[in-house]
Amino acid sequence: MSNFDSTIFEPVIGLEIHAQLQTNSKIFASDPVLFGQDPNTLISPITLGHPGTLPKLNINAVNFAIKMGLAIGSEITSKQYFDRKNYFYPDLPKGYQITQDKTPICMGGAVKVRLKAGPKEIPFHHIHLEEDAGKSIHEGDNPYSFIDFNRAGTALIEMVTEPALHSAEEAFALVTEVRKLVRYLGICDGNMEEGSLRADVNVSLRKVGETKLGTKVEIKNMNSIRNIQRAIEYECFRQSEALLNGEQLVQETRTFDAHTGKTHSMRVKETMNDYRYFPEPDLAPLEITEKWIAEIKSKMPLLPWEQEAEFINTYHLPEYDAHFLAESKEMADYFKEIASKTKAVKAISNWLMGPVKSYLNDNHLEISQFPLSADRLAEIIDLVESGTLSHNLASHQLFPLCLSNPTENAIQIVEKQGWLANKPDEDSLHTIIEDTLNNFPDKVKEYHKGKKGLLAMFMGDVMKKTKGTADPKRLNQLMAEALENRK
Amino acid sequence: MEKFNYAFVFKIVPVLMNYIPVPYTELRKQLFQGSISCLEVVESFLNRIELNNKNLNAFLEVYGDEAKQRAKEVDNKIKSGTAGKLAGMVVGIKDLLCYENHHSYAGSKILNTFKSTFSATAVQRLLDEDAIIIGRQNCDEFGMGSTNENSAYGPVLNFQNQSKVAGGSSGGSAVAVQADMCQVSLGTDTGGSIRMPAAFCGVAGLKPTYGKVSRWGLIAYASSFDTIGPMGKFVSDLDLVMEVIAGEDGNDSTLFETARNYTKTQKVAYIKEIVEHSSLQPEIKNAFFDRLEQLKSLGYEVKAVDFPYLEQLLPTYYVLTTAESSSNLSRFDGVKFGHRTQNPHNLIDMYKKTRSEGFGEEVKRRIMLGTFVLSADYFDAYYTKAQKVRRLIKDYTDTILKDCDFIISPTTSSTAYSIGEKTLDPIQMYLGDLFTVQANVTGLPAISIPMGNDDSGMPMGFQIMGKAFDEKQIVALSKELV
Amino acid sequence: MKISTEEIEKIAHLARLELSNEQKEEMRSSVEKVLVWMEALNEVDTDGIEPLVHITEALNNFRPDEAKPTLDRTKALNLGPDTNDQYFKVPQVIE
Repeated sequence: MSNFDSTIFEPVIGLEIHAQLQTNSKIFASDPVLFGQDPNTLISPITLGHPGTLPKLNINAVNFAIKMGLAIGSEITSKQYFDRKNYFYPDLPKGYQITQDKTPICMGGAVKVRLKAGPKEIPFHHIHLEEDAGKSIHEGDNPYSFIDFNRAGTALIEMVTEPALHSAEEAFALVTEVRKLVRYLGICDGNMEEGSLRADVNVSLRKVGETKLGTKVEIKNMNSIRNIQRAIEYECFRQSEALLNGEQLVQETRTFDAHTGKTHSMRVKETMNDYRYFPEPDLAPLEITEKWIAEIKSKMPLLPWEQEAEFINTYHLPEYDAHFLAESKEMADYFKEIASKTKAVKAISNWLMGPVKSYLNDNHLEISQFPLSADRLAEIIDLVESGTLSHNLASHQLFPLCLSNPTENAIQIVEKQGWLANKPDEDSLHTIIEDTLNNFPDKVKEYHKGKKGLLAMFMGDVMKKTKGTADPKRLNQLMAEALENRK
Repeated sequence: MEKFNYAFVFKIVPVLMNYIPVPYTELRKQLFQGSISCLEVVESFLNRIELNNKNLNAFLEVYGDEAKQRAKEVDNKIKSGTAGKLAGMVVGIKDLLCYENHHSYAGSKILNTFKSTFSATAVQRLLDEDAIIIGRQNCDEFGMGSTNENSAYGPVLNFQNQSKVAGGSSGGSAVAVQADMCQVSLGTDTGGSIRMPAAFCGVAGLKPTYGKVSRWGLIAYASSFDTIGPMGKFVSDLDLVMEVIAGEDGNDSTLFETARNYTKTQKVAYIKEIVEHSSLQPEIKNAFFDRLEQLKSLGYEVKAVDFPYLEQLLPTYYVLTTAESSSNLSRFDGVKFGHRTQNPHNLIDMYKKTRSEGFGEEVKRRIMLGTFVLSADYFDAYYTKAQKVRRLIKDYTDTILKDCDFIISPTTSSTAYSIGEKTLDPIQMYLGDLFTVQANVTGLPAISIPMGNDDSGMPMGFQIMGKAFDEKQIVALSKELV
Repeated sequence: MKISTEEIEKIAHLARLELSNEQKEEMRSSVEKVLVWMEALNEVDTDGIEPLVHITEALNNFRPDEAKPTLDRTKALNLGPDTNDQYFKVPQVIE
């Protein structure tokens, strides 16, 4: 991959992250907010900008934005209003977008990310509320573009960082963290392929040690975290090559081609658009009181880092486990639900990180779509913890059966399979152990000479004979005794 | 008891009409007694429309069959005792008001295919009280004009003298009432658009306080100035209509009426600079001073006050309204509704040709002005400056009203102009709003009521501006004077 | 205050209006006149005066987050100058 010399140049990166709020209705109209519907079926006279229509503000859009601001430690602006951003585009029905230019709802704030070199706080400039535009669909050579207004008017928050990121890694980490956060807060589903979360990336280079900013390039509407990283990497390379060759960089908007990994110039706009912002006269201003903020604060869920801390401090899980389990609110909640039913918290964690995660990956599912209830998983875990089943049997055989029959109790399945019935009692186990050791007299000698690894072989043999039903702990003890007797 | 100039009626209107306009309360009595039916009332108005509208051009569309059908339904409701508060009131609506499934052109070519999918709140509330909507009234394009000569569908002529303008922008609404083509009109007032034509046509017209009547369904011109209000021959009719159309509807975020209890001062003020203005027609000045005497005889103390911002009223108004309208009219782009140019080369060509073909000259000029004052280079000098001056004007006016009940003035500085007299110079046209815009700049309510005719027989208007949401008192005073 | 033809062209483009050369000159002349007339605003001292941003006294005017039935697509498309049975059509948007 093309690299640039980071001893010469320092990238300066800013992100503008747009998150579609998962409110029931749009920000200024009561049309439903849904993805993937038939074109132009989620519309109203307000959304289409029909003459005589007026916007009316959805209170949840404000609540969700405040939630986000509180989560990243912003100041919530107490007196605020909306502005009009004027420009012409077919997917912008009124010929202006209602947004917040002068009084963004949240000012400042920061998000902590984990980088290879350690944690870093990325400062935000502000968060503001605005409405989304519709979608224009172009089909190759077709002389027409097709406009679908379903998305027009969906509530958005735009989160603008300070130009304080200095690598593609930081950008990757930041968008990942923001995505996790909006999902935790339940304000946005973070689905980038569907466009619920997207980012405009601003990249410039400057000589290391310089304070002045270089020429800025904007890459718009990035909807893949991986591609954000690739686009930044390419831009840094492209810009550094140009600057080293003494070329003048153009301030422009570029698009990213995911196939080639390169950015391309869009047709340079003739003049920078003058958006002629002015206050939106059709909307009453807002006054957010301390009481309102306190009420939202009191209902906030645990945030990812708070959840991790809880896993470490209260559940006494290692950092690695805590980080995994806190990945999403759904995973954290699922863990906690299981943990309310069984005390074996490390086992729960292992199961979630192991067999459950594999299952989800193989089937392209989210934890919220996992078919087994917390009760069921707790049941399975307890069967292993109590020694009734071996972990091997539970994970390789019981688990798949439970998945195909999610409504059946695990114990029912176990009984149907006859595993308990086939489980050897102490005497039978003794017999089978003796049998095994009798079959391998030379190996027993080698074991006593120091080849302790052969224990696993003896164990495996017994397990095979008992079709995996022997209690591994008990077997271990008895095997050790039996071997001792053959010294 | 309101007086009315019956002599005028019999001079102009042929004997076969024999129509004597009465206040709605009187008409309602007759309807409920059974002495006349709604159908007869509607047919009577339709006859006068048939007689005069071709010349006057007040109505762009007459809902003849619909109105007759509705009249029959209301007659049945009257018989069954379920009729609404305005049963049988025949109303015309200005072409800026949306009426579900009916055309609204906004006096423009750019909307000549448009039918609204919903009705304006004000319109719906009239319908809900069994008023009968008889037609859609001509107006200046998008409300931009003071003479109704800016309509894409031809000017509206003054019924009193058809070589004169009706006033604007609610010219059609004023003339319809003037010529007894409807009982009441629903007009709109952004800079004087109800009051000025009311004055020119010798009828009454009320601009409510900003925030009293929902703007839902009003095709927007300037959002922080637009209001909807009634026009009619009888102030009591205006009062009844206001009771029905005003109030919260859940659609307009700028509505905010709260109960106001003002202590009466028994004083009225007039602005020196207005009464001494060089443009003021002498007969209007005299009639105005006669009114002052009348007020004194009614027990009011009349005082003259200064208003240092008279020269800034119109520039403030025009900077801010052109700015807002340049944005409000951006939705007319040929994409979702209305006119689109044939065979555009590309998207930008489509936008430019559509809008240039669809908008008239004055609209284009105001869009250009509005775009200018909002543009980066001029924003502070014009837009921000005008916002600051608006604050000064509002505060100063509120201060005057702390020590009096009303501010009174002539509605206009002259009676109706001749057709074509003011169309060459836009500024000449704008100056006609000098006495009316203050109410829009400040958001305050104001009425224009007749004040006799000048020597050439052209009507003059008297304006009463009051405190916020004090419409009832304005109406009460008007009744005392007319 | 003088307005050039270039400025008129720039503003006309921003407003998506097309003017012939003759119209450009007429517009330039009348717009210039009006802008000069508007300079009467400068005769008033507004130092320290807060701009009047909202004439309404309404504050915190919200609607509850409830989805309501939508406008029928056929009705909406029928109002459009150029549509098919699902979309509004425009000449292709060139980036």
